[in-house]
Amino acid sequence: MTFRSNRALKVPTPARVEGAGAISVRVDRGTVTDVKLEIYEPPRSFEAFLSGRAHTDPPDITASICGICPVAYQISACSAVEDACGVGVGEPTIDLRRLLSCGEWIASHALHIYLMHAPDFLGYDGVIGFARDHPDLVERGLSLKKVGNALVELISGPTMQPTKVHIGGFARAPSGTQLRALAGGSLRRALDDAVATAEWVAGFDFPTFVHGHELLALVHPGQYPIEAGVPHTSSGLAFPAAAFPEHLPEDPTTANVLLTGDRTYITGPAARYALNADRLSPLATEMAATAALPSTYRNPYRSIAIRAVEMVYAVEEALRLIEAYEPQVPSSIEVPPRAGTGTGVAEAPRGTLFQQYTLTPDGTIASARILPPTAQNQAGIEDDVHRLVQDRLDLEDRALAHECERAIRNYDPCISCAPHVLALKVVRS
Amino acid sequence: MSSDAHCPGDVVVIGIGNPFRRDDGVGVAVAARLSAQRLPGVRFAVSDGEAAGLIELWEGARLAVVIDALCTEPSTPGRIHRRSVGDARDTDFGEAVELARILGRLPRRLVLFAVEAKDMGFGPGLTPAVAAAAGRVAAEIANQVAIAA
Repeated sequence: MTFRSNRALKVPTPARVEGAGAISVRVDRGTVTDVKLEIYEPPRSFEAFLSGRAHTDPPDITASICGICPVAYQISACSAVEDACGVGVGEPTIDLRRLLSCGEWIASHALHIYLMHAPDFLGYDGVIGFARDHPDLVERGLSLKKVGNALVELISGPTMQPTKVHIGGFARAPSGTQLRALAGGSLRRALDDAVATAEWVAGFDFPTFVHGHELLALVHPGQYPIEAGVPHTSSGLAFPAAAFPEHLPEDPTTANVLLTGDRTYITGPAARYALNADRLSPLATEMAATAALPSTYRNPYRSIAIRAVEMVYAVEEALRLIEAYEPQVPSSIEVPPRAGTGTGVAEAPRGTLFQQYTLTPDGTIASARILPPTAQNQAGIEDDVHRLVQDRLDLEDRALAHECERAIRNYDPCISCAPHVLALKVVRS
Repeated sequence: MSSDAHCPGDVVVIGIGNPFRRDDGVGVAVAARLSAQRLPGVRFAVSDGEAAGLIELWEGARLAVVIDALCTEPSTPGRIHRRSVGDARDTDFGEAVELARILGRLPRRLVLFAVEAKDMGFGPGLTPAVAAAAGRVAAEIANQVAIAA
């Protein structure tokens, strides 16, 4: 998805028609009876488009689903197809995918923290006012984002050229010299910036709010989950990734995704942290302690602090992986097609991403199922908005819309209207 | 968001949009068409339109040309709008321009081409009027870039 609504083009003709981006609230005699978010479009058309295509196509095509987390799509697509074909890639490829994902986490978290979320806590309508008063802080955010992007480009290649991320590995392994030059320069400095970010964000004034949703994240032995893992929930449920369609069914009337038993759950930094805090690095753990995270991860407003902690971790992890990096020859293995179904998962910056493909014997995709994090968080976000609106019915619509947008931004949804443009429709009767 | 070269380059051409959303891909199509011509001293990039990414791409450029799709109502699919943000004094390219201005990161000259779209639904490929406009925009940009060079 693009950041369409983030741009206002002024042309002599009437203003552009914006895409989705609305909150509908129904209030009956002082009680909120319904909240609908029209913020997100599930990637059904991509699923349909993938059917009939070759098993080598998903990494390229699914990368276009989200402009901010293409890597998570590419990597989970690769894992799913490799699983279907019964091929396991080696550790060097897994490490390189993890390194690539670290770049995406750094860039995505920096963008969300500095350009989208922080202005909410500092009393600004958006990044423009914030940048006017604190250009140095915005520069720090942009510089972190740039390092993340540079890491992604070194490994996957520029987007005007075909991506180097392939089923079975990489079209070409990145140069160790280039990666080490990044690690010795801007990536090393990014660690200081990430630590400063975590300390800065820890001092924000967080609204009091506690949700009761279950939490879902991947859990991976010995590592904070990024490019792989097994789905776990806060109530102790664990299931193989391949079983996600049964455990995370879609409600036929609302299209919301719930845990079996109609339980609302959320995925993303808070869930990852809750289920994996003991797998963070010592420095990231220290930052989590600074932000007093251990007891507060059920307050969605605190997600910005968890993102900052994860950004510290992603920079450290990238430095560690680069230090150990040796280019592999060959840089990928053959993945001969066969009939079967395979599943891939990844922790995108905004939560767990599932992909499942069924292949025919010649590798043609018979069906595709993609479950992005925002589809899973939709019910939880609606519930938060419902409670929030109920407590603020005295506010006029504009102020209420701002509060709703803020509640939605807590979850860093992969939508075009993540910034500041939602239309609020309140029907009061 | 990305550029196709790491050399600083005086001129950058940035196509904004998603090639899987029909006419939304017009900016990317124009950038790809021009990129194939290998114009010397010109960088080409695609972007999802996110402000920080755009700033990163055009920072330090003598000339930045941005191509995007535009929805209007009523619309004339394929109609081309050209806006110039000269010397950082004009203010009509939304958040990215405003943010870049505050941070002193506008290119010396910024030109925006917006093409009115017909279909922003899912799928690859441009509608005929927009595809024709893409050709005209590409030709005009090639001229501009030649003059700038």
